[in-house]
Amino acid sequence: MVYLDYSATTPVCEAALKKMNEIYKTNFANPSSTHFAGLRARQALEQARKTVAERLGAESDEIYFTSGGTEANNLAVFGAVEAAKKHRDKKRIVVGAIEHSSVFESVKKLANDGYDVIFIKPDRHGNISAADIAGAVDENTILVSLMYVNNELGSVMPVKSVKSIIKAKNSPALFHCDCVQAFCKKKFTHNTLDADLISVTGHKIFAPKGIGALYVKKGVKIMPRSFGGEQERKLRTGTQAVALAAGLAAAIEDFDTENYGEKVKEVNRYARSELKKIEGIIFNSDENASDYILNFSLPGYRSETVLNYLSEREICVSSGSACAKGKLSHVMSAVTDDKREADSAIRLSFSHLNTKEDIDKFISALKSAKEELIKAQ
Amino acid sequence: MKEIILIKNGELALKGLNRSTFEDKMIKNIRRRLSDLGKVTFFKSQSTITVYPESEDFDLDEAEIRIGRVFGIAGYSRAAVAEKDMAEIEKVTLDYFSDKIFAYKTFKVEAKRSDKKFPLKSPEICREIGAAMLSAHPFLKVDVHNPDLVITVEIRDREAYIRGNQKKGAGGIPVGTSGRGAVLMSGGIDSPVAAFMMARRGLEIMGVHFAAPPYTSEMAENKVKMLTEKVSKYAGRIELYIVPFTEIQLAIRDNCPEEYFTIIMRRLMMKIAERVALMHGAKALVTGESLGQVASQTLMALACTDCACEMPILRPLVGMDKNDIVELARKTDTFETSILPYEDCCTVFTPKHPNTRPKKEDVLAAEAQFDFSPMIEKAIQNIRFEIIEGR
Repeated sequence: MVYLDYSATTPVCEAALKKMNEIYKTNFANPSSTHFAGLRARQALEQARKTVAERLGAESDEIYFTSGGTEANNLAVFGAVEAAKKHRDKKRIVVGAIEHSSVFESVKKLANDGYDVIFIKPDRHGNISAADIAGAVDENTILVSLMYVNNELGSVMPVKSVKSIIKAKNSPALFHCDCVQAFCKKKFTHNTLDADLISVTGHKIFAPKGIGALYVKKGVKIMPRSFGGEQERKLRTGTQAVALAAGLAAAIEDFDTENYGEKVKEVNRYARSELKKIEGIIFNSDENASDYILNFSLPGYRSETVLNYLSEREICVSSGSACAKGKLSHVMSAVTDDKREADSAIRLSFSHLNTKEDIDKFISALKSAKEELIKAQ
Repeated sequence: MKEIILIKNGELALKGLNRSTFEDKMIKNIRRRLSDLGKVTFFKSQSTITVYPESEDFDLDEAEIRIGRVFGIAGYSRAAVAEKDMAEIEKVTLDYFSDKIFAYKTFKVEAKRSDKKFPLKSPEICREIGAAMLSAHPFLKVDVHNPDLVITVEIRDREAYIRGNQKKGAGGIPVGTSGRGAVLMSGGIDSPVAAFMMARRGLEIMGVHFAAPPYTSEMAENKVKMLTEKVSKYAGRIELYIVPFTEIQLAIRDNCPEEYFTIIMRRLMMKIAERVALMHGAKALVTGESLGQVASQTLMALACTDCACEMPILRPLVGMDKNDIVELARKTDTFETSILPYEDCCTVFTPKHPNTRPKKEDVLAAEAQFDFSPMIEKAIQNIRFEIIEGR
């Protein structure tokens, strides 16, 4: 198998497996229980929280475990908006037009409920300008949600400017940054982002699926979405998944940002240079995009068909867009009006486990797909 | 408390001398659907079939759900079994309705006494049970004309049965009493509904699906399997034949005029489906076509597909509106699966401007430009199949 879909998910690393195995077997108690076994589980949970916090340059009590990125994003958006009801008629929400669907669909719902949601349009490669954000944020803005790295294109957003824009506009807005695709892959802390809320998830960085976290800056208040239970200081109730949290922590410790980044950069550069040689390729990710993601289109060759073709040869990649029957991805349709380009987008996403051989296999299969497959109308 | 299910035949009662054939087929269908739930005995009497569980752990809830999907049944109800002793009948009745009674405001009691030796006459049974219910549940009122709940007490030869309101059955006639038909399953909304409708008219269903990898995916094929499984909950066991179709589609594309792509593709599908049908004892083809829905379903287009094969092509949806079809798809629980966004073979090479008024001569001439028969033979040889049990 050639796996070039690490931004969809990763396998679980040995360190995380080992840690989880240990906890499932010998430290299984409910972390809220009063007995000694509960205390031990709580200690494991708090140890994990500390690791997540340290990676974000935060304090432990600023980290809330969730089931993953989607839940963290939902909690951030709805929790912030709910808490902002005290500002009465302030109803503006500013988001990127290519946010992950867990933010995008959440604010669409809020728009239906009467909020004034402004979507900032990206350029052809998914880049958003800080000036456009400055133009949209006003004193009635209660939330700005902007992702760090786009999941389909890898484009890097001007997240570091957001807080200063909010301050300049005298706005009470909170800044939420979806860092799911950036966590551990980019070097950053909550300070460098100056964000009030940061979402991260485990399964993009070799931790298990089912665990993520939301950073909530000290002093910032957002409202819960679940009720009943005292867990996570009542912001995210329900018995915590101690083993998964410990798995996340182990994966974070195991993730070698610099070394992995070097390897991925090399693979990305190689893939890009090989793709360049194929006639008709259009790069949807530009050179400034995260090295972890490389998105291109081969107009005339529908993503779904190419994906099936590659899948038959045990090569896993991802499409930016769904097929003719489904809806086009909101990301691709935001960056291009050309349906043929949008409909043929392929996303490669890498990890340190990828090699040049993977790319060679992929490129050769793509070339034969181009020869064998019939172009769509 | 012992519980059974009583089943009322539907249209079967009208079937004169053939009736027992139909009834036996229906019992066979029910037996098959319940076979994995435990040991069960069936009794036939007049127009009622009694489903009598023989094992302790028989899952009556599941059996009830499945019976609700068997064609040929007009109505069915669960019933409690009591010894033929009035005190016992009263006790069982109170007990049987104790949880559910709060949903009702009014009720009446009916009694049927096939054992005429039972000491109480029907009106007396009604009076006693009615009085017992009223004193146990003072909020209830008797309404003999339009009650929320009808409690029926049946005094049979061996035992007494106590039941509440009857549920509406799936109707139609038993699957298998109308022969066998092959449904062309694309994965869209229409074909599962067509299959459902024909099964309701007693047709035993087999499925034929055309797959065009890599233009269509494994997911699309799985979707068709999922849909077939949903249909099989009503239609019973279905054999699904999957025909590899890529080569033929590419040949159409390379050798035929674009305006006729779809119509020729459909003609070839009919030809292949007819062959598959013949091989497996089916006497008709079934499609989900609806007049005027798309370019290949205009009257002239249907005429062109019709003459591709000799078997009758049944199109139960031909006169239905899309909204009605969608409603049925929701009812059969296929809609949500049907709208999963995978490419199917009908949409792979859709021409930009299909001819909506194709002339038969022109289509036949266009098709004759290439000899498809070797490819058809090859496709038929490489058919895969899967059996979907249907419970």
